[in-house]
Amino acid sequence: MTIGLGHYLFVAAVLFTFGVLGIFLNRKNVIIILMCVELMLLAVNINLVAFSAFQGNVIGQVFAMLVLTVAAAEAAIGLAILVVYFRNRGTVEVEDINAMKG
Amino acid sequence: MLQAIAFYVFAFVTMASGAMVVVSRNPIYSVLFLILAFFNAAALFLLIGAEFIAMILVIVYVGAVAVLFLFVVMMLDINIAKLRAGFFKYLPIGALIGLVLLAEILFALGVFGSGSATISALDSAGAHVGTVENTRAIGRVLYTQYFYLFQAAGVVLLVAMIGAIVLTLRRRPGVRRQRISEQLFRPKEEAITIVKVPTRGGVS
Repeated sequence: MTIGLGHYLFVAAVLFTFGVLGIFLNRKNVIIILMCVELMLLAVNINLVAFSAFQGNVIGQVFAMLVLTVAAAEAAIGLAILVVYFRNRGTVEVEDINAMKG
Repeated sequence: MLQAIAFYVFAFVTMASGAMVVVSRNPIYSVLFLILAFFNAAALFLLIGAEFIAMILVIVYVGAVAVLFLFVVMMLDINIAKLRAGFFKYLPIGALIGLVLLAEILFALGVFGSGSATISALDSAGAHVGTVENTRAIGRVLYTQYFYLFQAAGVVLLVAMIGAIVLTLRRRPGVRRQRISEQLFRPKEEAITIVKVPTRGGVS
């Protein structure tokens, strides 16, 4: 039995769904929400790399690398904001973050 | 056959640890499961012949991002039990939305598979392992055709780095620190005074 493109796409779909599910379930903890965003980006990367490998085209992997860059930048900025917020308010609960009345 | 077994093992562990990231009670366990998911995704990339992305995934995600998460989780003093409240409140709606999303994605996959650009057509080609090794192939494209994109990625990282430093930098009151620019820009008039000392008078 050979492993095809569909197998990889299925794994990516399940991972992406877990990411979305985590954002809904952990409505209070910003850190877990950020982790779930990373999980979703990983799923997108799996899709990109799988299509790239099965098409014999390396450009998808270049794009996956850019997604990785953006994910790293997003994690750094998000966690920095989180640290500053915790320092000022002493909590990271999502429901308490309403200073901007958004 | 061995490759199929390896794929199933790695895929199962990836999906299971992705689930554990969502449901584990302690954020530290979540981060550790996230690391496990990244490792297994890297193994999946290795299986498909994308070695460079696999290594980058281990270095960037496990080495930098996950450790950053671990650091922040351990640094912040968080009440875990309080944060877990509401988990079961949102479980029905979350599970419903997750199921709908998964069904939609799989449905889209099925439609895509039955279209003209079918998955099976790509499958018959198989995972393409070219004559050039993966890293060299990426380098050939990245440094020529996508050079500006590469530079833009560097700018994104620079902005993120400066932003993180600016955000977390704070000046505590009451801490004496060296201000090099003030030292360097001090004019001569402030720094030294010339006193005419009269003979036998001394400096009062």
